[in-house]
Amino acid sequence: MSARSLRVAKVCKSYGRHRALVDVNVVFTPGRVAAIVGPNGAGKTTLLSILSTLVRATSGEILLGDESFAHNPSARQTIGYVGHEPGVYPDLSARQNLRIFATLYSIADAEARITAMLERVDLADVREEVPARSYSRGMLQRLALARALLHGPEILLFDEPSSALDPVGVRWLGEELRRERDNGRLVILVTHDLDAAAQVANHLVVIRRGRVAIDQVEDAGFATERVRALYEEALRDR
Amino acid sequence: MTGSFWRFTLLIALKDLRIEGRSREILYTMGFSAALVVLVFSFALASASDPAQGPILAAGVLWSSTLFTGTVALARVLDRERENESIRSLLLSPAPRAAIYAGKVIATSLLMLAVEILLTVLVGVLFSTGVFTHLVWLAVILLLGTLGFAATGVVFSAALLRSRSREALLGALLFPIVIPVLLAASRATACLFDPLSPDLDPVSFWTRFLLATDVIYISLGLWVFEPVVSGD
Repeated sequence: MSARSLRVAKVCKSYGRHRALVDVNVVFTPGRVAAIVGPNGAGKTTLLSILSTLVRATSGEILLGDESFAHNPSARQTIGYVGHEPGVYPDLSARQNLRIFATLYSIADAEARITAMLERVDLADVREEVPARSYSRGMLQRLALARALLHGPEILLFDEPSSALDPVGVRWLGEELRRERDNGRLVILVTHDLDAAAQVANHLVVIRRGRVAIDQVEDAGFATERVRALYEEALRDR
Repeated sequence: MTGSFWRFTLLIALKDLRIEGRSREILYTMGFSAALVVLVFSFALASASDPAQGPILAAGVLWSSTLFTGTVALARVLDRERENESIRSLLLSPAPRAAIYAGKVIATSLLMLAVEILLTVLVGVLFSTGVFTHLVWLAVILLLGTLGFAATGVVFSAALLRSRSREALLGALLFPIVIPVLLAASRATACLFDPLSPDLDPVSFWTRFLLATDVIYISLGLWVFEPVVSGD
């Protein structure tokens, strides 16, 4: 998959007088799941919005390999995004939703790709005429993942994807994240759930008051206790 | 504007029309509201009016109804992007923001125009006005008036996407801004419907005014849509 790292260098974001991010420096590497954790209002979602090109950093630089990434429209082709909302049209079926995004991403052989994605997320057997409005929360999140993976992005961004999922859904999502990590994709997960972070992450970033307090990589992954200890250490310091 | 801009514009417009084709929610709501507004106006005004005033009233009723039903379309077309946060998926796609704007304007205009056909027939019948005497002129005025209204409305509707009382705010913010469009469109239509004034010079003047207003509003919309929709 991707061999390019995503380098965040001295990124700051201010909203008026409020400094949401201050001098953030992190390098995200392919083949890893980076979990960004932190208390409410720490700046996790702001960082993810900047990484997804939706929000412009006030200063600093983001590079994918050697290419400038921040707020670059062509960079959007390299991103797949799954949020806590599924980001699909409720009046359309799963296949119709994916068809729309396949045309927007100019995917060649779209129907075959859509079928493959629906099979992967176990939605291939859902009847064509059933709109997404009548899907369960878990089905919607599976459709969201299919949408995010449809164009084969280098980078997968997840913003609290397991909120409102039942335990089966959370376990399924963890498996999918590990699968993408093992496929060599660059995966970034924003969450406040330390257990979920420990299950999948081998790169932990703790953000506190807009600053990176902990940035640690463990190739073998983190134990839940270790994640908790690092998190508490980050909140205790400074 | 490149070929890819128009391709994305068409894709966005077709997407919105396809979703509407599946639910028909906007068309039914607009059609019902339009019929109701015209009927209420006809009950209130028909007996009181001087027959010579009929064409002027017809033009006023036509554009008042368009204003109300157009607001329904505007609110709902953007509201669909808010449900499930599909706007984020759209903004993360390679489609340029300007193409998303243009696609939304085209889809909203087409939905409005479909209802305006019904409106025009109703107004013609209930106000005994020869609405189809100058069919081409009428089509041009309806098209330009609708385009100007939608071009402005899509920007405001996008700005209010995350606002709780967006339906109430949309009308309050949008109506004062679209006064030039409504003024030109209703004056042009009134001159067109008036059988005592066969001279088309005022129609031509107001249509050119409408065209100029549209150019300004569409240019501004293409420019401001990106910051408005990203909230950055």
